[in-house]
Formats: sequence, structure tokens, C-alpha cells
Amino acid sequence: MTGRVQVCRRAKSIAGFLMLWVVCSPLPFAMAQSSQQSIADRRIGWPSAEQWRRVLFLEDYNTRVVLFGVAVLGVASGLVGSFTLLRKRALLGDALSHSSLPGIAAAFMIATGMGLDAKSLPILLLGATVTGLLGVGVVLVVRRHTRLKEDAGLGIALSVFFGAGMALLGVVQQMETGHAAGLEAFIYGKTASMNAADARLIAIASCVSIAGCLLLFKEFKLLCFDENFAGSRGMPVLLLDWMLMGLVVLVTIVGLQAVGLILMVALLVIPAASGRFWTDRMWAVAALAAVLGGIGGILGAASSALFPRLPSGAMIVLACTALFAISMIFGSKSGVLVRMLRRWDLNRRVRNQHLLRGLFELLESDESAPQSDGKRSISIDQLLAIRSWSRWRLLRTIGRAQRSGYVLNSGGAIRLSQAGYAEAARLTRQHRLWELYLITHAEVAPSRVDRDADAIEHVLEPELVDELEALLEQEPMRISVPASPHGTAIVPTDSGSGR
Amino acid sequence: MTWSWELDGWIVVAGVLCAVASSLLGNFLVLRRLSMLGDAVSHAVLPGLAVAFFISSSRSSVPMFLGAVVVGVLTALFTEWIRGVGRVDEGASMGVVFTSLFALGLIMIVQAADHVDLDAGCVLYGAIELTPLDRISLLGLQIPRAVLVLGGVAILNLLFVICLFKELKLSSFDPALATSMGFSSTAMHYLLMVLVAVTAVASFESVGNILVVAMFIVPPATAFLLTDRLDRMIVLSGILAAVGAISGHVAAVIVPTWFGYQSTTTAGMMAVMAGLLFTVALLFAPQQGLVVKWVRNRLLSLRILSDDIVAFLYRRNEQAASVGLPISATASELASELFAGELQVRAALLVLQRRRELFRVASGYQLTETGQQHARELVRSHRLWEQYLVSEARFDTKRIHDKAERLEHFTDRPLRDQLHAATNAPSRDPHGTRIPTEKDEQPQANGSDSE
Repeated sequence: MTGRVQVCRRAKSIAGFLMLWVVCSPLPFAMAQSSQQSIADRRIGWPSAEQWRRVLFLEDYNTRVVLFGVAVLGVASGLVGSFTLLRKRALLGDALSHSSLPGIAAAFMIATGMGLDAKSLPILLLGATVTGLLGVGVVLVVRRHTRLKEDAGLGIALSVFFGAGMALLGVVQQMETGHAAGLEAFIYGKTASMNAADARLIAIASCVSIAGCLLLFKEFKLLCFDENFAGSRGMPVLLLDWMLMGLVVLVTIVGLQAVGLILMVALLVIPAASGRFWTDRMWAVAALAAVLGGIGGILGAASSALFPRLPSGAMIVLACTALFAISMIFGSKSGVLVRMLRRWDLNRRVRNQHLLRGLFELLESDESAPQSDGKRSISIDQLLAIRSWSRWRLLRTIGRAQRSGYVLNSGGAIRLSQAGYAEAARLTRQHRLWELYLITHAEVAPSRVDRDADAIEHVLEPELVDELEALLEQEPMRISVPASPHGTAIVPTDSGSGR
Repeated sequence: MTWSWELDGWIVVAGVLCAVASSLLGNFLVLRRLSMLGDAVSHAVLPGLAVAFFISSSRSSVPMFLGAVVVGVLTALFTEWIRGVGRVDEGASMGVVFTSLFALGLIMIVQAADHVDLDAGCVLYGAIELTPLDRISLLGLQIPRAVLVLGGVAILNLLFVICLFKELKLSSFDPALATSMGFSSTAMHYLLMVLVAVTAVASFESVGNILVVAMFIVPPATAFLLTDRLDRMIVLSGILAAVGAISGHVAAVIVPTWFGYQSTTTAGMMAVMAGLLFTVALLFAPQQGLVVKWVRNRLLSLRILSDDIVAFLYRRNEQAASVGLPISATASELASELFAGELQVRAALLVLQRRRELFRVASGYQLTETGQQHARELVRSHRLWEQYLVSEARFDTKRIHDKAERLEHFTDRPLRDQLHAATNAPSRDPHGTRIPTEKDEQPQANGSDSE
């Protein structure tokens, strides 16, 4: 059992490193490309110092506009995304953004037919909103009225609407006025094509959704965590749900131009998922997601300005993914490193407790010795025999116990100190109280209780020990260890419990 | 554009092969609620393809398939891992993984563009129109390469489904039982992901990503609405996928000409046609269809309303028995008494007149002899149920009316006889009103006359 868990853990940590590798892998490619430049070369060159300076110090007006627009968009989508993430609606944004494509193409065609400026962003985004909402409607209908589950609804909406969009684009490309190249920007995102008016539109929409989230923070929070409770408190759950949806639509539609419709969902999901590694508090997750989204947007847009040929949406998403990877590894709440440290710490404590109890039971097994005698010593070999631990591990555990003053080691002869004896007695007492409890109250066979008690003794709280004492009518004396239910002899074969 | 079998024939063949190959696997994705994982894997194979290009500097198939398999499994693995570590739901972890991998793949493909003839657009929505141009000869036949590759994948998927049908079925419906019976449903899961990735890669350059995703999900979902049996669902989904692919190409060639344009993207139209088939099934599926369900509900409520009307008239007659004249009621009176809409009442009245249970008189409607008999049965059911609920089920007298009101519509003659016997052949119900007999002038004759 534990072996299998360990294998799983190992597989998972391997997966983690692979993930890290995947995130970092475009870097060497980008670097390798830079060394061999030639004329008429379509490949990506490493930007010159001049380019770096221009981007980093925001010298171009255009760069400033783009960075500002994308940063605000990142903040807004991080904030909104943290709610949809907790509401388990993360992928609804995916269906929404994919199904906006036919709307964009249709709006272009209709506007051209009516003689309007077909490239104007508000018209295209209006079309995107209409079909995007239609797509979400399909998901909701499939989920509510058929026995298909939500995932099928999402898949149907996004693939069929995207297919319809492709078919419409195929027609748009044949139109005489059709410089349809502009529409392709909506698929992969193209921050470079963003002008001041577009950035203003993005900023306004983002500010509206940020303000909406802040104003309705408490209501949204309750909606995400306990919908029924929110309803019972008299909140208009359906209306709130629609308002949250509305904010998602707003952010997604204005984000299409920057990130592209295939990857827009990443801005909603990745920053919010990163925030979860740092904290459990809702407002902190939301704030962190907003910050991470903003930073990811800036980094992505800046690198997109440095490498103009690379699709900007992909750059922004990769910047967010890098932040996600950092959060996943170093996150203070449930990051991989923190978990590893916590597990090491627990293992160390458990081994220390095993050592102390082992010593105590070995001392106890020699009945001739007086109770409080801490003077007698135990050899390493004796300790090795009672548990399945390697010599190396045992020595390290002894060394650590020695440093904390529980154990004295004089050349292979281990003795308990005064404090160590008290601690060891307390631990043994806990172990045996639990064993007795299992035998008398949980009706576990005596030959099996040692194993079960072994698993739980390390996490017994003092209050629980008190309760056990009361339950088993044991005298709550200073250091009175109840007799072992296996008999006091600690010969390995005697207990038959697989020590 | 004119239809030529030489070109369009091969395009349709490639589309059908891709659609059938995808929909075979898609059945299990839809059943295991993994539709979006199928979508995620087919997006995420992009970096696998790009790495294969970088390593082999060619579009040869073997490294491509290897790269796809690795990335497909990695996607499933990452998704599972982030879901556990990041404490988010599966959708979110999928969203993180596939968008990251897809973004990575896009960038790598742009960089690979000068090594290999490949761009992101062609990967995403394919160039199925160009499949007939790239041919290799096999057994003296000039067959497009894409058709060969897709055919191979379709056969592979078919073999997978046929050979592992039992295992797939069990692990789709009850993973825990499958694991306890000795074949790991986790292994099946990853095997499925491998094949999803292989199918996605095979389809990538020819028909594009979006058609694969559509064919993974839409035809199986359509078939799921049409049948309850897994084997039928698989066959149906294959047929639906093929129909979608064929009609998709026809539509792509023909529909734009109605508006004066030339043909449009075939892959997109195939997805749209699959979507149309789904819409038809959603509305008109024999058991599940929304329209069918709606009509069924309307018919039922119409039947219940007409039952209520005749029973109402019967009770009126009973109360007015001393007067001796049959009592009639107008439509608006019925509507207000039975809390029904005027329109529904008129419809019910029409039905009842056609069944000759009512006839029109100057002051409204009256029961005919047939109607009288029908109403007597209903009222008898109602009152027998009331008696039964009180005497056998020990219900409170105040609460029996609503229950009996529901049950009376679904009680037939044998059940009435049983109720009659179970309640010791009562003549009056708990409210003290007389329980009518089965036939008008034949008290106590029921039970013996079988017809």
C-alpha cells in the first residue's frame, strides 16, 4: 500500500519536473536560433540591445498602449477567473470564446453588406458577443434538458461554432473588400494591431468588470461556495449567476484581440489556479490572481513586442504558465516544495517517536530493571531488530535525537536521558491507550492493533488522550504506562504483528 | 465549383475516415465525461509535433506519432496531477495544461516554419482540400497519403474498440468494478488517451484539429441521445459521423454558391453538419428529444384535462340528481372551475366531442352515454382510492383528495376491482358520498362480468 503511494508520488514529482521542462523549453530554442542569422531569414532573431531598451523603457507610444491594455485585461480576467474557477465553470470561457468566431465573421459580412466600416472593433465584438452567448446557451440547454453532461455540451458548442466560423471565414476571404487578414488576429491574438482606441475599449470593459467584482465580492463569494445558502439568505442567485456570466463575457470578448480566441480561456483559468497555491482565503486568491494576471499580461506583451513574429496570445499564455509553474513549486500554501518539506518534517518526527518508543519497550522488556532506570544502555543491534529500519537511517535518527537531548550515545550504547525517558513513556502510553481502545471499543483483534495504533499515535492530541483515559478508566497518572496487550515481552515473533 | 469525383471523392473519403476514426473513440470520451480531455489532448499534441519536426527535420510519420503519444499521455498526467496538487476541479486543470501546451506548440511551430513546410493555420483547421494532391502509389493505385494514414488509424481504432469492447464498457460505466475484476481502468484511460493523441495527429495535417474535436464529441453525443445500448451507440455514431462528413463536403461546395461565392472550408462545414445532426436529434430523438418530450407532456395534460372535464360534469349531475335534468357547463365555466386555460379547455372539449363523450347544447356541453360511462369509471376510481387510502394506508381524511386526484387517471378496470376487493366492497367513500358501480344499472355485478 505505502509502496504504491510512494510510486505514485514519485511519478507525480517526475511529472512535475517534466512540466517545468516543458515550460522552459522554448528558451533554448529561441537562443539557438539567434546565433545563426542570415539575410532573408524568416526565423526569429534575438532582439538587439536597442530593441530591448525601447521595450523596457516604454519608449514607443504603441508599446505603452499595448502594455497598459493587456495589463488591465490580465487584472480583470484574473479577478473574474478566480470566481469562475471556484464555481467550477472554468471551461465555459473556452466554449464562449470559441463560439465567438462565427459572430466575428458574420458581423464582418453584414457590416460590409450594409456599407459600414467592417473593421471597426465594436461591430466585430458585438457579433462575437451574440454568437458567444448563443454558444453558452447551447451548453446550458444540453446540461439542463438532456442526459448529456456538461463536458459534452462544452465540446459540442465550441467545435460546432468554431467550425461554422471557419466556414464563414472561408467565404469572407472571397469578398472583394475582404482584407480578412485582420480577422485572423482574433484567432491567435495580435497585440501589435492594437491601437489607442482598442486599448481604451479594453480598459473600460476591464474596469467595469473589476468594479463589478469588487462591488459584488461578498455575494459572488457566497455564490461560489454555497449556492443554496446564498439562496436561503435571500440573495437573487440566478441574477448573480447571470451577472458573473456577464462579466466573463465582457472580459472574454475584449480579450479576444489580445490573446486570441483559442487561448483566451487561459487568462481566465491560469492566474486563478496559480493563486490557489499561495492561500486559501477568497479575497487573497482573487487579489493574487489579479496581480499574476497583470504581470503575465505585461510580460507576454513585452516579449511579443520583442519577438513580433511570435503569436502574442501564445506569449501571454506562456508568461502566465511560467508564473503558474513558479506558484506550483514555491507556493506557500500547497506548493510542491512546501509539501515536500512538510512531509520530511513529519517523517522525521515519526522516526524520532519510533526510536523513543522502541528504546522504552526494550528497557521495559527487561523486567529486572527498576522502573525509572535511565542508566542502562541498549545496543544498536537490539534497536535494529525491533523495526524494519536501515542502520544508516537509525543512526541518523539517533543523532538527531541526541541533538535534541532525548538520547545519549556513547559508542554504540544508547541511553535515554531524563527528558527522553519522560517523552518515551508518554509516547508508549499513547500507543497502548489507543491499542486498548481499539481492542475494547472498536473490536479489533489484538494481533492487529499494533499496526493501527502505529499509524495514529503520532497525531494524537492531548485532549484525545484525555478522552481515551476517561473512556478506558485509566488513572491519569504522571507516567503510568498500561501494560502492553501483547504481554510485555517485545520479542518480534511474539506479537505476530509484522514489526 | 464543379464536383469532380477525382478530387472531391478523395476529400470525402479522407473526411469520412477521419470522422469515423474519431467518433469510435469519442463514444468512450463522452460516456466517461472526458469530452473536454479529448479536446485538450488534440490541442496539446502540437508541441509533440513540433519537437518531432525539430528532431527529424521532416514530416515523416513515425517521430510525429511518437511525439503525439508522449504528449497525449503527458496531458492526461499533468491534468490529473494539477487537479490533485492545485486543489482545483478537472476542468480548470485541463484549462491550464492544454492552453499552455498549445501556446508552446504554436511558438515552436512558428520557429519551425523555415525548416518544414508547416504553419499554425494549416494545423488548426487543416487543408483537407489539398489531400488529393499528395499521393503515393500502393498496389498500382495512386492513393492520397492522408487517406492511407487515416485509414490505418481508423482500422486501429476499430480494432481497439472491438478487441477491448468488454473492458471499455465496464471501465466506462463502473471503473471501480473494472479495477476489482482485474483490469485497470487507469490503464484503459491512458490507452484511450494514447489513441486520441494518435488520431489527432493523423488528422492534423490533413483535416485539421477542429474537425477531429467535433467528430470526437458531436456524433457520439448525438448517438447517446438516440439509444440506450452501447453497441448501437457506437455503430450509430460511426454512421452519423460519416453522414456528417459527406454532407459537410457537399454543403461546403454547394451552399456558398447560393450567395454567389465559391466553395468554403470543408472541415468547418463538416463540423457544422455534425452539429445540425445533433440539433435534429436534440429536438426529435424518439425518447429524449425536446420537442418529443414537450408534445408528450402536452398530450398527457390534455388527456388529464379531458378526464377532469367529464368527471366534473358527472359530479354535477350527481349533485343535481334530484332535479332530474342533466346539467351542462360552458367552456369558460369549466376553465375557471378546473383552473385551466381557456385555450386548453377548448382543445380538450374538441377532443371529447370527437370521441363522442360530450355533445353541445344551447347552454354549453353535456355528457353523452359514452361520456357518462367514462366519467363513472373515473369517479369510481377516485372514490375507491380515497377509501383505500383511509382504510388500508391509514391516511388522514383531509389529505386523501389530492392523492386520489392523481391516481384516478392511471387506474384501469383490474386495479379498480382489486381496490374494490381490498376495501371490502364499500358503497360509500370516506366523505360519505356514494361510490358509483362499474355499469350503470348493475350494482354488485362487477368482478364476474369479464369482457
